[in-house]
Amino acid sequence: MALSLEEVQKIAKLSRLSLTEEETETYKEQLGSILEYVQKLQEVNTDTVPELQNALDITNVFREDVVEACDPTVRQNALNNFSNRKDDLLEVPAVFEGRTE
Amino acid sequence: MDVSALTIKQAKDFLETKGGSSEALVSACLKRIEDQNENLNAVLDVSQTALDEARAIDKKRANGESLGVLAGIPILVKDNILVQGWENKACSQILEGHRSAYNATAIQRLKDAGAILIGRTNMDEFGMGSSTENSHFGPTKNPWDTKKIPGGSSGGSAAAVAAGFAPVALGSDTGGSIRQPSSMCGTVGFKPTYGRVSRYGLMALTSSFDTIGPITRTVEDAALVMQVMEGKDPKDGTSVEIPETTIPQLMDPSLEGLTIGIPKEYFLDGMDEEIRRLVMNSVSVLEAAGAKTVEISMPHTTYALATYYVLLFCEASSNLGRYDGLRFGYHSSGKNLFDTYLQTRGEGFGPEVKRRIMLGSYGLSAGYYDAYYRKALKVRTLIKRDFDEAFKHVDAIVTPTSPSIAWNLGEKFADPLTMYLSDIYTITANLATVPAVSIPCGFSQDLPVGMQLMGRPFDEHTLYRIGMAYQNATDWHTRTPNT
Repeated sequence: MALSLEEVQKIAKLSRLSLTEEETETYKEQLGSILEYVQKLQEVNTDTVPELQNALDITNVFREDVVEACDPTVRQNALNNFSNRKDDLLEVPAVFEGRTE
Repeated sequence: MDVSALTIKQAKDFLETKGGSSEALVSACLKRIEDQNENLNAVLDVSQTALDEARAIDKKRANGESLGVLAGIPILVKDNILVQGWENKACSQILEGHRSAYNATAIQRLKDAGAILIGRTNMDEFGMGSSTENSHFGPTKNPWDTKKIPGGSSGGSAAAVAAGFAPVALGSDTGGSIRQPSSMCGTVGFKPTYGRVSRYGLMALTSSFDTIGPITRTVEDAALVMQVMEGKDPKDGTSVEIPETTIPQLMDPSLEGLTIGIPKEYFLDGMDEEIRRLVMNSVSVLEAAGAKTVEISMPHTTYALATYYVLLFCEASSNLGRYDGLRFGYHSSGKNLFDTYLQTRGEGFGPEVKRRIMLGSYGLSAGYYDAYYRKALKVRTLIKRDFDEAFKHVDAIVTPTSPSIAWNLGEKFADPLTMYLSDIYTITANLATVPAVSIPCGFSQDLPVGMQLMGRPFDEHTLYRIGMAYQNATDWHTRTPNT
């Protein structure tokens, strides 16, 4: 099942991955052969078969809608991992500025 | 002291009845890692506080304080299981600089039981691989022949236990990642029923299949570690209540009353004849212990690999969306947010990871979602029904764990599909969510071979019972590589 270079580039963009030209070419071949293999599933008749989302017989695992405090050490550790930290906030590039796509 | 073939049971005996110290035990393990890890690359990093923790346990023991069942026992941890303060990276560059904020629930339970976590083990990046060659930190070598792969993705953990770096190492299993490397390295690798051990703190790969489990020398040891880790966790909505159990009840060495199924689809013409012979020899051992065997058929087995990989690609692509370099890990600034994402992820992820993310995005995208993801979910139902049907007639299923013994480093690396085919025997247990274990059952060309047992959901005890009976009658698990 052959993919075109454009299709690979589109998938890479959907996946938010930058690829070199060489990578795009390599992936085009590899993705094509893997997708060819999984076409096998089309052989199976599943007209009356339900999807298996979760094999455990559990539904609606809820808890009370009450704030549970975060352990302060865990919280500090999480904040320490931020790439651009301002006090206790994470600074990120603006979402709507400079968009070209 | 010689820890090269030490089991948890022997370690506990050393500590509890022979007056041994955890400090001596942990020191011996750390020394072994220091001497031999450079050759194997199984361990990424050792804990700087392990000896202090060991001394603290020794002091408590001397004072007669009550201790947990794993008190003083050294354990290695796969790099994708979070230990607070450790630099867990799932062997990916995209988590460079990341320090785990909290302990995984399984880790917390092991710590509460007194275990000493001594270091992180190597793995295929984010669990994506069957050879531990996809690690950002170089491949791990098989201790039985360092030109060979140890299997994957928990190759570091399996190699470490085989080499005697610790009596137990944690792994994770999504498609065979505990069992297959255990088969390659001659260790016991136990995958619990999905939902038995909390996934909180395990970096998510495929949320429908991921499990945490122990890699040990014996089934008895695996059962002990399982008991400590398992059970409902409010932090994991997919974990369930486990009935109270005690291992001594399983010590009956007889397998009278048990029926074992041999599925013909796992023993096709053209398979490795040595592996077939060794696994069928093992079946004879189980029969000698009193089990009956019957041939069974699991007709949808041929579709399992395709089903597994579609579901894995799709769920993994979604789970790995969180790695954007903003809240944690590697950060590569672009001219705007979009470019930051593209660069960070393009540079931070390895090639196999990128391949799978793209396949998953494709399978979930508009126009393909029904044909790929939803179709795979339906075929998954058919595969599970094969198991449900089988378990009406048998109590456990025996198959080989891997279609081949360890292959050469670099041999399959260039062809992803060939690599994927090496998972054919293990992925069905993840699709059907049943428990499964790989147990050493012999050697072919001087390399270990594993037999796999699969059981009913939540019936780990039948697997413990069969595994322990097998290990009582054989000694494959006592062999060690000449390192």
